[in-house]
Amino acid sequence: MNININIDPGTIILALFYLVAAPLFGGLLTGLDRIITARMQGRYGPPLFQPFYDVLKLYEKESIVVRRSQNIYILFFLIFTIFTGGLFFTGGDLLLVIFSLTLAGIFLVLAGFKASSPYGHIGAERELIQILAYEPMVLLTAAGMYMVTKSFFVKDILNFNVPVIYYLPGIFIGFVYILTIKLRKSPYDLSTSHHGHQEIVKGITTEFSGPALGMIEIAHWYEVAFIMGFIYLFFAPDPLIAVSLALLVYFLEIVIDNAFARAKWQVALASSWLFTLVFGFSNIVYLFIWK
Amino acid sequence: MAYLKKSPWIIHYDATSCNGCDIEVLACLTPMYDVERFGVINSGNPKHADILLITGGVNEQSKSVVKNIYDQMPEPKVVVAIGICATSGGIFKECYNVIGGPDKIIPVDIYVPGCAARPESIIDGVVKALGILEDKRTKMVALQKKEGI
Amino acid sequence: MSLIVFLLLFPLGIAFLQLFIRTEKARNVTVLSSCALLAVASLTLLFRKLNIDIHFYQVENTLIDQGIFAVEVLLSLFLIYISAKHKKYWVTLLVVLQSALMIWFELAHGHSIHTANNFFVDRLSIIMSLIIGIIGSLVVVYALGYMKDFQVHNTGKIADKRPFFFFILFAFMSAMYGVVFSNNLLWLYFFWEVTTVCSFLLIGYKNDQESINNAFLALFMNLIGGLCFAAGIVYLYLTSGVIELDKMLALTQGAVVIPVILLAVAGLTKSAQLPFSKWLLGAMVAPTPVSALLHSSTMVKAGVYLLLKLAPLMTGTNTGLLVALIGGFTFLITSFIAISQSDAKKVLAYSTIANLGLIVLCAGIGTYEALWAGILLIIFHAIAKGLLFICVGTVEHKISSRSIEAMDELVMRMPKLSSMMFVGMAGMFLAPFGMLISKWAVLKAILDADPILSVLVIFGSSASLFFWVKWMGKLITVVQDREDIEQGISKTEWFPLYALSGLTIAACLFFPAASRYLIEPYSMHIYGMASTMNSGNLTIMMMMLGLVILFPFVLPGAKYDKHVKLVDAYLGGANLEGSASFRGSLGGRKQVVFANYYLEKYFVETKTYRIGFVICTALLFAMFLGMI
Repeated sequence: MNININIDPGTIILALFYLVAAPLFGGLLTGLDRIITARMQGRYGPPLFQPFYDVLKLYEKESIVVRRSQNIYILFFLIFTIFTGGLFFTGGDLLLVIFSLTLAGIFLVLAGFKASSPYGHIGAERELIQILAYEPMVLLTAAGMYMVTKSFFVKDILNFNVPVIYYLPGIFIGFVYILTIKLRKSPYDLSTSHHGHQEIVKGITTEFSGPALGMIEIAHWYEVAFIMGFIYLFFAPDPLIAVSLALLVYFLEIVIDNAFARAKWQVALASSWLFTLVFGFSNIVYLFIWK
Repeated sequence: MAYLKKSPWIIHYDATSCNGCDIEVLACLTPMYDVERFGVINSGNPKHADILLITGGVNEQSKSVVKNIYDQMPEPKVVVAIGICATSGGIFKECYNVIGGPDKIIPVDIYVPGCAARPESIIDGVVKALGILEDKRTKMVALQKKEGI
Repeated sequence: MSLIVFLLLFPLGIAFLQLFIRTEKARNVTVLSSCALLAVASLTLLFRKLNIDIHFYQVENTLIDQGIFAVEVLLSLFLIYISAKHKKYWVTLLVVLQSALMIWFELAHGHSIHTANNFFVDRLSIIMSLIIGIIGSLVVVYALGYMKDFQVHNTGKIADKRPFFFFILFAFMSAMYGVVFSNNLLWLYFFWEVTTVCSFLLIGYKNDQESINNAFLALFMNLIGGLCFAAGIVYLYLTSGVIELDKMLALTQGAVVIPVILLAVAGLTKSAQLPFSKWLLGAMVAPTPVSALLHSSTMVKAGVYLLLKLAPLMTGTNTGLLVALIGGFTFLITSFIAISQSDAKKVLAYSTIANLGLIVLCAGIGTYEALWAGILLIIFHAIAKGLLFICVGTVEHKISSRSIEAMDELVMRMPKLSSMMFVGMAGMFLAPFGMLISKWAVLKAILDADPILSVLVIFGSSASLFFWVKWMGKLITVVQDREDIEQGISKTEWFPLYALSGLTIAACLFFPAASRYLIEPYSMHIYGMASTMNSGNLTIMMMMLGLVILFPFVLPGAKYDKHVKLVDAYLGGANLEGSASFRGSLGGRKQVVFANYYLEKYFVETKTYRIGFVICTALLFAMFLGMI
């Protein structure tokens, strides 16, 4: 078996660009999110760069822990989140991307367990339930894209002659539904809450402070960038339309965030699975029958 | 290097307040005052917080909690006592179980008087606290350098 | 040839030798040396036959046939006697039916059967023999130390029948070799039945009422499979005159519909698929090495081995679809049930059934991609599950409980063992470890063949992620410092633990080689096509593996990090003694206790099982209807 590592310079440049641009984009989008949210609530809101100020501040703080190894788990959460996005934006295998994303998620959950605090523990268990809720839909999305384009590779899906959304409207609805969980938006921000919100104090992040919390924030930016990329994939190949529609979806998530009270985990799990089956799976069946 | 100033996260603890000052603290977050303009977030978790806002005097019940929460905050941190009860014990000072202001338990940096303290003065207090926060940060860095960490 | 005979007869000889060994020292020496020999012999087989697609062996067979027949009759008589003694008349009935069928067949047609080749070796049987020879042997070695502890724990309660125990273990291994090397279906059937009887005796080892009942349950269900197997062979011979596996596989799909269905049912019972799963769950009463052996390298793997052999005959047929559905539903349902279980061994048992379901699903689909995934699953599952079982067994002896909830702070109490458990669990579900690679391949294979089935795999694998991670979380949660209780584990227990942990990781590093030299040529031989992994993806996988392996090396560094300050956990400001207790609302002292979510309200074991049972029974009936 000759494992020929044929990484062309273009891929490396792309990966390096991603490494810098993704957190900037994710951070800015989060800042914009906070402003829009504030406006929706009749407030003025923080500056656009507030998320960056927050993270930079966190790096000025002391690092306190309950168990010494807890921050290592967070470090690996960050590493694998970055890895996931890198794989995605360099056109890698979608299934591998999802598995890597799951692995990152598991490191976060284990960090919550490791911190050994009641609040962190509840957060970890809830995060697990959330993974259980969204994982089927994410995998089904990859399955649907494969059935349409006959490839799992992001670069092939990107260059498919028509936007895959034409074939995958159901899967798109299901995917947007579980995005609420993945973006940690109300009503499904059960395991950890963002900004001013509190849910069983701060869920998984309760015991993380200073630089470790900063890493969680940065990982979230990368995640946001990755998710936007995923939505983009539905509307590719026209970049202008795809970008604007992806941003529209994000705006929709902000509206949902502000319009709904937090739900119980039972609702999160049951409704996500229902959407997965009703919209996602029926789409797969449709594709199978009419292929 | 003054990001602490731009993103002060707060934890608010009600030691024995009558709730008057608490309502005023929360009023700061409402659209009327909207302290998130300055990056202020009410975190509700000592491990994330930079500024501890205490309302009400400290009694036998709450003294260990005040101490505990203060200890769990990462450096640099400042404490703001809000309302006349928190500055001195106020009208409850002579009660059999009231110890006095939180400064009997932990170091308090800023005292915001008033019964109840007005949101404007609370915001004022927090802004003053930011200056102290920055000082403490400088001292902390100097100390760390000295210890060679 | 001689190697095959050696692999078959050597464990058998050692088995009989064990009956006469009464001292511990002698037993240790003989078991260790013969296990080492078996492993070496299996490896030798690998290197000798690596480049051969398939190799047949003609064995002079009249005498052997008669011998096998005599042993078969003796076993039947033994089963009739013991089942009548325990008033398990259903079992008696099945034995009688089965023996009557086989005796009639032997008398009516036995003289006219001429087999050209009785044994064969191909790359799948090499893989299987490696699993039996290495993983099986490691489990047997582990049994040495475990059974010693076990007898000490149960002095006066359970009679010390260790010579008999090791006799059965080695006989079992011999029979397993027989299963994977037999080309003569009658011989295959014989070895198949021997594994059934061996597992019956092992499950009943404790000899209390529960063990006896569960042993008979296992016997009953496997005899149903055995009866189907016998019927399948007889029918096959009567309709096409074929009694050899290779000749059967060479027939057209249309000619063997009924035998394939019957043999598939036999495979389903042995691999404990729904609705036959209860026996494997019941088998938990046996000492842990037995569970480890049944679940990882032997018994259930015989079932999926047969199904994978039949895979080409099932591709695209209704039988194949139904088998795939049974496998898929078993995977889904048992993964759901595992969420609600807190007994470590039960979680492992359900996860075994689930993963076997996945392999059965692959066999049912029967494309070359599915075959590739299925064989990978067999390899990775055998290693990781063997490791997990012996880990749980050791922990159980140390903490006197096998509840996951009792494994608090295990990372402090048993640091080495809990990291091994971590490796095993990571091997079961985490990227980039083995099982996940296989699940990925399964998903790809399904999407190319039957996309509708993907929903079963997708939901099932999400559920399995849930129950593994919360278990991992339990191990690393530490509320307060605990004492290290890892001393006193014997070397014969440590060795298999280390070896299997190493193998779990090594399997991920070397699976490309296994794929290239064993699985792909095997698939080429059968289908003329082979699935392989994209080399770019492989590189990325290896990068991920490298990163994950970094983790345990970075971890100890945290101990000496001067930048961090230790504080207590946040308990709403009411901490009393560190993070371990807090002041309750009424002023009393409350202990901090962590418990995992089991979602018992939503995944009720009995109810979920019943749903799976009904679905899979219906599918099974549909399969039988297909015969008409």
